[in-house]
This record gives sequence, C-alpha cells and structure tokens, in this order.
Amino acid sequence: MTAPLLEVEHLTMRFGGLTAVDDLSFVAHDRRITAIIGPNGAGKTTVFNCLTGFYRPTVGQLTFHGHHGPVLLERLDGYLIPRQGIARTFQNIRLFAQMSVLENLVVAQHNELMRASGYTVYGLLGLRRYREAEAEAVDRARHWLDRVGLLSRADWEAGNLPYGDQRRLEIARAMCTRPRLLCLDEPAAGLNPRETAELGELLLGIREQEKIGILLIEHDMSMVMGISDHVIVIDYGRKIADGPPAAVRNDPNVIKAYLGETEEEELPEEVKADLEARGEGGG
Amino acid sequence: MYYFLQQLINGLTLGAMYGLIAIGYSMVYGIIGMINFAHGEIYMIGAFISIISFLLLGVLGITWVPLALLLVLILAMIFTATYGWAVERLAYRPLRGSFRLAPLISAIGMSIFLQNYVQILQGANVKPLPPQVTGGYVLGTDGGFTVQISNIQIIIMLLTVVLMVIFSTIIAKTPLGRAQRACEQDLGMAALCGVNVDRTISLTFVMGAALAAVAGLMATLYYGVIDFFIGFLAGIKAFTAAVLGGIGSIPGAMLGGLLLGLVEAFWSGYFTTEYKDVAAFGILVIVLIFLPTGLLGKPEIEKV
Repeated sequence: MTAPLLEVEHLTMRFGGLTAVDDLSFVAHDRRITAIIGPNGAGKTTVFNCLTGFYRPTVGQLTFHGHHGPVLLERLDGYLIPRQGIARTFQNIRLFAQMSVLENLVVAQHNELMRASGYTVYGLLGLRRYREAEAEAVDRARHWLDRVGLLSRADWEAGNLPYGDQRRLEIARAMCTRPRLLCLDEPAAGLNPRETAELGELLLGIREQEKIGILLIEHDMSMVMGISDHVIVIDYGRKIADGPPAAVRNDPNVIKAYLGETEEEELPEEVKADLEARGEGGG
Repeated sequence: MYYFLQQLINGLTLGAMYGLIAIGYSMVYGIIGMINFAHGEIYMIGAFISIISFLLLGVLGITWVPLALLLVLILAMIFTATYGWAVERLAYRPLRGSFRLAPLISAIGMSIFLQNYVQILQGANVKPLPPQVTGGYVLGTDGGFTVQISNIQIIIMLLTVVLMVIFSTIIAKTPLGRAQRACEQDLGMAALCGVNVDRTISLTFVMGAALAAVAGLMATLYYGVIDFFIGFLAGIKAFTAAVLGGIGSIPGAMLGGLLLGLVEAFWSGYFTTEYKDVAAFGILVIVLIFLPTGLLGKPEIEKV
C-alpha cells in the first residue's frame, strides 16, 4: 500500500441552486490509476476543475502531497498548482494550437526556464546558463515526443495535427510539467479501438516508469476496467461506488445509474407528444 | 524624385513612432482581448517624463547630449512603464472576469483621468524643449529643393530598429515571450503550465508602456513641443496602425505604423496638410470594411 497522494474530503461544488458535486470524498495513490466514472453530467469534470484551480470548491478540503510536502489545493492560485505537481488534460483538447508541437512542450517547462533565464535577462542576452537549460528542456520535450510517437512531427503547428496525435501531445505536455499526479479528462474520447489500446499501454507505462499517480475520467469501460487499479463511480455529484474494477462492475447501484431504473420514468406531457409526433424512432 | 525621397524619410520617421505606440495596443489586445484606450495617454506621459528628465539633467549639469539622451531614455522607459503597470493593476485587473465591456469603459475613464492629472500637475500650456539634437545630412539638391535627413530622424529610425530586434528576441526566444504567446492562446491552460498569468499580463503592459515612452521621447525631440492632449490623437492613430497591420500581431503593428506614417507624409506632401488626419482615418474605415483582420492578422477562430 502506497501513501495517499491526493485526499479529497467532503468536496461540494454549488453553482447557484445546482449542486454539481455533493460531499464527495476519495483518495488517489502514487503508482496507481484511479478512474472516476459516471454518466454524463455526473460532475466528474467539475472535480478536475476544483483540483486544478479553475473553481473554488464551495465546501471541502483537497490535500495534495506534492513536490514540497502536503498542500491544500483549494487555497492555491491556479498557476501554483502545477508547481506542486498536478498536471491535467482536457476533454476538449486545449493545445496551444498556433505553436509548434515542440514549443508546446517547452512552454510546459516554463518555471525551470524562467528561473534559468534570470527572469528573461539571461535569455535575452543568450548566456550559456540559459542556453543549457533550454537545451535540457528541448531534450525532455523530445523524450516525451518519442514516448507518444510524435518525434517526426516536432515542427508541425500543433493545431494541424490529426485528432489522435493532439490527444497524445496533450498527455506529453502534461508530463513535461513533471507531475506527481496526472489528471486525464476523457483521453480516449474520439479515439479508435487501436488508438485506445495504445493509450492504455502508454498510461500503464507512465505509471510503471514515472511512478506517479494517474486520475482518469473515462467513458470507455473496456479501458477503465482494463487499466485501473481503483474505480470511483459518481452520479448526480455523489459517490455511489468505490473499489477495485471487478467489484464496481457488479455493484447494483452502478448498474442502476448506467442503465436506469427498472421502472420507467414518467415523461412530461409535451415531451411525450413530441416523441409521438416524431414517430417511433426517438433515440 | 527628390521631393518624394524627402516625404519618404519624413513618413518613415513618423511611422516609426506610430509603430512603437501601436505595438502596445496590439500586445494588450492579443493577450487579454481589450483595447487599452489609455495607451495614448501613456505615450503622452512618456513625453512629459522625457521633458522633465531633460530639465533635471540640465540642472545636474549633465549636458553632453549622447549621455543625456541615454539617461532620459532609460528614465522615461522606467517611469512610464511604472504608469503602465499601475494602470493595469488598478483599473483593469480588478475587472478581469467581469463582462467584456467593463475594462474598456475603465480604459476610457483612465484615459480621461490621466489627461486631467497631467493637465493639473503640469498646466495646460504647451511645453517647449529647445532642440537637443541638431544638424543632419544633405542627400541631394535639385532645382532649389534640398533633400535632407536630420540627425534626429536617424536616431529615431535606428532606435526603432534596435528596439524591434530586442523586442522580437524577447517574444521569440525567452520564456517570458513564450509565456506571453501561450497566454494569448489560452490563459487557463497557460496557468496549468505553471505560467503566472497575472504577472505575464502585467509585464505585457510594462513592455507596451516602455515602447510608448520611447515614442514619447522621440516626439519631444522631433517636434520640440508637447502638451497634455497629444496622447489622444497619437493614440487613435496608433490604434489605426494596429488595426491596419492586424491587431494582435506585433510585426503587423510596426508595419501598420510605417504605412500610416507614409500615407500621412505623402498626403501632406502632395495634397494638403489640413486633411492628413482624414486620410489616416479613411484608411481605418477602408481596412475595417475590406480587410477586417488587417494585413498580417489571423482570422479569429471561434473557440469551441
């Protein structure tokens, strides 16, 4: 059993009258892939947004055991969170589309470079100290491009890459920030089965070789069940199951959340009328 | 031909100044998507700080012109940059995340405030500065018309080139420039790469203000008179230049500035001086109608 890396306690996030995440507690560990699953709109991405400083939680404590000891994430400004060792990707890819593939990965090493460049002065003068740091950053970037199979496209503009490559580049960029916890928001969305399998291999490789924790939001159940060490299921912002994949798969609450109640829900009159008007084929 | 050459020299000098101011508009627009209408006032403050610095150096007995120029340049850049920083900190940052028009309205307010601030502190009179840099080179004479380039024009053009080189290096090669370009594309994602977004935005204002200060110094030396109202017209013209070049693009801002300067010079030279502003703003109208993204601007891609 490894020490906990991230402890989420009683996380609640409200937007006006809507409670997106409701009293959610869970733990993620080093060298483990922790999956968060749940139906659309269950609040999974909201959890990520709370972890990475995009939202301030309404209630709750997020303890992260980062590079410099334990910190409370909800008290940090957004840009300090990656410095503690959290990296993240997005469901809708957010690359720096107009920069080159390589430069995307160099930006991710901003802090080291900023320090090495003496906050721009040495970098402007082109001193050796900065040039060496930059070469090192480029080496690291190339290493990760190689890992995700994009080395030959290092000079492409990131926005011109095919979709699957963009997904992998986003993971490479996240890894270049030297995280201890990698948060992936639906990394397999839009990938074909072969690409999904390769992604699974990549994530297992990252877990083994980098010895970091991975927090994974994913809808592709074959991938979740195949690579996760631990699965957390949430529905309407609440945790409904928590355990190893095999146990979660057979949990009655989970089946109910995914397949719906056995009793059919009563539809409002206008929806019924609309469905009838469209004929049988209501998807 | 000689007449043309003379207008070309005048136009490039004027254009260099417009370009330096336009860069401030363009950078700020690129990074936070707002038009900093107080930027013209920052240029005016740069001119005032230059004139005050010259007088102070004169009192201290530093009258050797190259040294005095260098010191004034440094002082003007530092103090004007501080103004740029303070304007962002006080008037724009508290409104970030507010509705889109809020910082724009705040910018107009800041512009009026700065004008009045200088008017009250320095008085409404025109402030003269005796010529510091005199002389020049005669390039040719043709039937009584002499083409000449003055030393001050040479200094303006050289200084602009040097600043552009330094500036492009910062943007292209240093982590700060990389962070600025990252922020331009996605503020949230830049923060997730560890970029201190607030500081990067502050530094963008500081850099824009420093360049505007240089333009202010140039105007002080070139025209010899300044007043508290010069920022308005120069600001709007530089904004026109930024739009012409493609707002958000830094080479575009410089190019737009040079083109606008040339148009004004040729218009004054061949038609009439009275309508040169009409020509300049006529260009703004034409560009907005036929080329809304400007010469070097990229079409805005809606983020999904």
